[in-house]
Amino acid sequence: MSKLEAAPVISAHGMTRILPGTVPVTLVKDIDLEIGHGEFVAITGPSGSGKSSLLYLLGLLDVPTEGAVHINGAPTEDLDADERAHLRLETLGFVFQFHFLLPEFTTLDNITIPMRRLGKRSRKEMDERAQELLDALGMGDQAHKRPDQLSGGQRQRVAVARALANDPAVILADEPTGSLDSKSTEQVFSILKDIVDKEGRTVVAVTHDIDLAERMYRRVHLIDGRIDSDVTIKSGKR
Amino acid sequence: MLSLITDIALTHIAGRGRQTLVSILGVALGVGFSIAMAALMQGSQDEFVTSLIDALPHVDITDEYRDPPRQPADLVFDLAAYSNLRPREDTRGILNATEAMTALRAFVDGNAVASLKVQAVARAGGAETGITLTGTDPAREALISSFDEDMRKGKLEDLRASPFGIVIGDKLADKLTIDIGDTVVVSSTGDITRRFKVTGLFHTGVVAQDNAYGLVNLKAAQIIAGRPNAVNEIRVRLNDAQSARDVAAQIERLIGYKSVSWQEANESLLEAFFIRNIIMFTVVGAILLVAGFGIFNIVSIITHEKSRDIAILKSLGFAERDIRLIFLSEGLAMGLAGSLLGWALGFGLTKVLSSVKFEIEQATEITHLPVTFDLMHYGVAASFAIIAAATAGYLPARKASRLNPVDIIRGAT
Repeated sequence: MSKLEAAPVISAHGMTRILPGTVPVTLVKDIDLEIGHGEFVAITGPSGSGKSSLLYLLGLLDVPTEGAVHINGAPTEDLDADERAHLRLETLGFVFQFHFLLPEFTTLDNITIPMRRLGKRSRKEMDERAQELLDALGMGDQAHKRPDQLSGGQRQRVAVARALANDPAVILADEPTGSLDSKSTEQVFSILKDIVDKEGRTVVAVTHDIDLAERMYRRVHLIDGRIDSDVTIKSGKR
Repeated sequence: MLSLITDIALTHIAGRGRQTLVSILGVALGVGFSIAMAALMQGSQDEFVTSLIDALPHVDITDEYRDPPRQPADLVFDLAAYSNLRPREDTRGILNATEAMTALRAFVDGNAVASLKVQAVARAGGAETGITLTGTDPAREALISSFDEDMRKGKLEDLRASPFGIVIGDKLADKLTIDIGDTVVVSSTGDITRRFKVTGLFHTGVVAQDNAYGLVNLKAAQIIAGRPNAVNEIRVRLNDAQSARDVAAQIERLIGYKSVSWQEANESLLEAFFIRNIIMFTVVGAILLVAGFGIFNIVSIITHEKSRDIAILKSLGFAERDIRLIFLSEGLAMGLAGSLLGWALGFGLTKVLSSVKFEIEQATEITHLPVTFDLMHYGVAASFAIIAAATAGYLPARKASRLNPVDIIRGAT
């Protein structure tokens, strides 16, 4: 195991996030969390317990009021917005409850957008990789359709492919199956599981679906912005 | 990377085709009208200045000094006060005119003629009117003024064959009801009277000249004025009219007499043109500002509509600068497209305007609208438009780039 991989891929240290205002709202409080490579983590908890807030903080979309987030062992609190954006581009992939695909672009183009932003491949390689990702998710024949021509489950699979585009170490998913029917939920879940099992990436998913959470390898349960329990059933990187 | 940004920007504006088209048309109309207006204003100014340059001597040297002659008391005492002092009656006229002419010929790039200007009264039949007589050398006169070209009847050089011939404006001839070949009686203020034969009629288009101006031989003018050999004006026509200011100053330094360039003589007019140009650019700026609002409007709408896209692009790892660039280039693209279309429109409008013909019977006659084609107008209008478009795109772009993706994503769920 290399030194890089020895460090947790994402870690939170004494992290608190308070929304300022006349009545300040504490979203999460005193979070200490280490997530290693190859983990499949469910963040659960009742509504308003700070699940999504925690995910956004771990994904550098939001900045903690106190404490820090480290990515691959490196602190991020001194990075400016553009540097955090670049780190997201390279190491993190997001999937949200809604697909958030760009409606004017085809499936294939949506997936190449993050690759084009990073600019590390030729256009041909980008298209090839996008097609491979679609093939792997059983969407190979939908490459030239627009998002509005796809079903909800198909769109969410494209969103996953887009999150994987730049080969990130971690996929952060916020209720990825929250708006899907049971069949699509099963498809998307098995894709996320494969990402962990076959590719060795880390997946952190916020979910309120207890069945799904129980099938994941680690469950972090939040109550009122604090970690209530953190159970590992199967550790990553066997 | 840049191609990605322009791809996204173009999809955005293509998604609002009609509004985009309206905004582009707004810019195009602004640019087009500005160009047409500038062409017209510049054209009329150019034509006016050209007719001014043609009608007047480029440098006019008269028998005056800018400063009154110094009094002997001034020369002796540092501080001298005197009142009711009247200078000795000077003999008017340019002294040593021949010498001055020789000196001018040495360094002035152009032609000069020495002449005597006399106020007189012209009578024919029962009609009587005051006129300005200029006694000149007809051959040289042809080189320094455009009377030769403005002759309607007879020729300027016919004067040479008739010592007491006179060439007058056609309006003056009408007033006195005389024609070529008729006789007119001219009396000077010194009460010397001579009969002159009309050898030609001119029409310059300048009312003051056509109404009360006559050209005679220099000798004849000197006789009428009772001042043999006197000259009170040297008129210079330069090959480069724009150098008149410098040449006038040089002449004045050299010979001491007041030398007035055409620019100085028409200072207030040129100032008025300057102010007119400022007004023109203000109006152009205002038109394009309005066009800018159209762009501001549509880019604002797009940023608002696309806030989800902005959020997702930011969560994917797009920097604020990228987002700014996307919307800035949307504004710029519209400004650019509008400018190009506006160029075509402006060019077309200018062509149409220049073909409009009409006649007016006053002052200098214009038979068509004067227009000037100047690439600078195109450049200025387009830069105004593009600056307005960039600003109009930048303001919403900056706002969009600062959008917090978490707010949007939370709002959507």
